[in-house]
Amino acid sequence: MDFTDDQLMRYSRHIILPEVGGKGQAKIAKAKVFIIGAGGLGCPVGYYLTAAGVGTIALIDNDTVEMSNLQRQIAHSVQTIGMPKVESAKKTFEALNPDVNVVAIQKRISKDNIIDLIRDYDIVVDGSDNFPTRYLVNDACFMARKPLVTGAILRFEGQVTTILPGDGPCYRCLFEEPPPPGLVPSCQEAGVLGVLPGVIGGLQATEVLKLILGKGDVLKGELLMYNALKTTFRKVRVPKNPSCPLCGAKPSITELIDYNEGYCAM
Amino acid sequence: MEQTIPDKKINIKGLVCPYTFVKAKLAIESMEVGQILEILLDYEEASRSIPKSMEDHGQKVLKVEKVSDTDWVLQIRKDKD
Repeated sequence: MDFTDDQLMRYSRHIILPEVGGKGQAKIAKAKVFIIGAGGLGCPVGYYLTAAGVGTIALIDNDTVEMSNLQRQIAHSVQTIGMPKVESAKKTFEALNPDVNVVAIQKRISKDNIIDLIRDYDIVVDGSDNFPTRYLVNDACFMARKPLVTGAILRFEGQVTTILPGDGPCYRCLFEEPPPPGLVPSCQEAGVLGVLPGVIGGLQATEVLKLILGKGDVLKGELLMYNALKTTFRKVRVPKNPSCPLCGAKPSITELIDYNEGYCAM
Repeated sequence: MEQTIPDKKINIKGLVCPYTFVKAKLAIESMEVGQILEILLDYEEASRSIPKSMEDHGQKVLKVEKVSDTDWVLQIRKDKD
């Protein structure tokens, strides 16, 4: 890839790294990443991947920007209140790096559209805030054989893991089924420290870049848990479940499921 | 001193760090192992930092020579892909 002078300057700190170089930066420029949710996690993930020069970044979210988002959703601003979150984030990302093609999809992701939506992308990032979506994304990425970097946050705690198709456990190996509605509170009910999605989203973006570059070790078969109050990181090994209903030897889940009833809106 | 004929030459006069190394590194990346890159530069700091960084990256520095009041010539052999 031939870099323009602006690109040489913009990506110089990457190009200098032995693990990246011009070849790695060219891989980043060719990569296509699909981000689910333009909220607490989607904003920093998309923002850093934009800064890194990822060629195409799709964002899907059905919501509009509200004042209560601004404590943590760093791609939005008072100027974009009322605007679809994906449009607000697209504006912010394009201002940061015009090299990046930002695809804004103002839709709710569902079992009927997810496979088509992620088809052309290399990596999927889950930044959703609810269990129906988390399971839908896990199942769809398994079926479509897409690497998935999933993150979750609540109060002062967050977690990240990377799920590779056909290699290691999936999210259902960890938790077979979503918890019953109401058992796990949402951020809306329980609160979240505004900076927490920055930490977790930053980790997710890092996982994505390592997948693109093919360098380092990703969180395959491992769940990384961060406690912001205690400032602790804990890595838990997650074994593949041979009787996993999705990726096990005799799967009972062979088509996508919408668990939406009983859960609050995304 | 034995004269080595470079496989590729770049002129990065007028550039300062880190672009001096960025240009040198991109040039080395595009070459084959065993080939030699010659770099002409006029930024004194880069006459020290490029050889050091190239060695850190596993390449072999063959020559660092001040050729005029303002210019340096470096020769680097690509040892590592």
